[in-house]
Amino acid sequence: MAKTPKLRRGFRFQWEPAQESYVLLYPEGMVKLNGSAGAILKEVDGERSVETIVATLEQAFPDAGPLAKDVEAFLQEAANQHWIEMV
Amino acid sequence: MNAPGKQADGVSVGPPLWLLAELTYRCPLQCPYCSNPLDFSSADQELTTEQWVDVLRQGRTMGAAQLGFSGGEPLVRQDLSELISEARHLGYYSNLITSGLGLNADKVEAFAEAGLDHIQVSFQASDPELNNAVAGSRKAFDQKLAMARAVKEAGYPMVLNFVIHRHNIHQMNDIIALCDKLGADYVELATCQYYGWAFKNREGLMPSRAQLEKAEAEVNAYRARLLDAGSAMKLIFVTPDYYEERPKACMNGWGSLFLTVAPDGTALPCHSARILPIDFPNVTEMSMKDIWYNSPGFNHYRGDSWMPEPCRSCDEKGKDFGGCRCQAYMLTGNADNADPVCGKSPHHDRILSARRAADHATAGIEELTFRNAENSRLFFRS
Repeated sequence: MAKTPKLRRGFRFQWEPAQESYVLLYPEGMVKLNGSAGAILKEVDGERSVETIVATLEQAFPDAGPLAKDVEAFLQEAANQHWIEMV
Repeated sequence: MNAPGKQADGVSVGPPLWLLAELTYRCPLQCPYCSNPLDFSSADQELTTEQWVDVLRQGRTMGAAQLGFSGGEPLVRQDLSELISEARHLGYYSNLITSGLGLNADKVEAFAEAGLDHIQVSFQASDPELNNAVAGSRKAFDQKLAMARAVKEAGYPMVLNFVIHRHNIHQMNDIIALCDKLGADYVELATCQYYGWAFKNREGLMPSRAQLEKAEAEVNAYRARLLDAGSAMKLIFVTPDYYEERPKACMNGWGSLFLTVAPDGTALPCHSARILPIDFPNVTEMSMKDIWYNSPGFNHYRGDSWMPEPCRSCDEKGKDFGGCRCQAYMLTGNADNADPVCGKSPHHDRILSARRAADHATAGIEELTFRNAENSRLFFRS
């Protein structure tokens, strides 16, 4: 995937100490993200391509093995949910 | 919830993730389904700017992430921009719930610069005549359309809210088409919940089952068309619990996620709860942490030791918490009782008779009691 994911208008990603997790905030809603979802969305900035994000994560988590499949599957699901857009 | 919960009678209590700031009960509209208390005009004191800022800070420290500015009409507060700035600075996701009256393109821009995340504009119908009749205002509809467009232009997500009742439920297709044309991201089609003024006007508002089923089918068909067209517009259809056999998990449980602060500083587990014969604390007299974790008002219906039968021995009590305390109080006179929406409730006949009444209701809009200060005074004078 050469595409670049970015958060959809009105969505905000941030760390919440009280929940000890990353969350995705949107109009009157909040999704609490698990560890891997948080780690992936943390790299989504509208600038970096999917390939770059995969490479960054593989470098940050060397023991996890190849991550392309998992990252792409998650981003596809996030796009299906209209959390992110692929540009 | 991973957060270290405090213990109240052995019940684990997580943080209030949602804070609803009801800034004022003042409003230029008179919607007969308003969720404000009938006697709102008896509570005309409002917290100062400094007090609201303090409420926001305390809430955020406790873990609140979603913040709603509502009312009444929150735009009548002259300090709204200042409160929005503070909310953004603290890290809230802030939502402005407005009728759109009192808004203009400059304010929409200024609020965006101050850090407001989302403006929800409410409509009363898909056409000006019905909209303005329900709102009790002659110019409301055009203003709402203009503001919906301004919200979009300023780069906010567009969320439009329609309260649905027997007088506009036939407009479902027109309403959704209007939202589609405006480019909405989310459309809330919220059938009336019968609290506050809506409870007073229930017979004149509640759709029949036939009306409801037709509307639901129309929404589902439209949703399928949107999906086919690849549209991201999301339709949220909220059905009235009066047509359910199991009660809703009201507020996701009493004192579980939601903390409302009313205009006068009264802290409530939901915006309707002040009707209950329970002493609720005020943010001017107690810290919000103490209110949330230790006050008798907030601990009143936590856990399940307060439940009478049929809830006590019900295997669904952990799922729906016995339903809504306000609804139990309004319909049975005792807030401890099972929500009468539940088919197991000995008072379920009150729901059934409301459904029968909806099948035969004939009252027009003009017969509803409109939400205004004059009518409100009738409710607290006696």
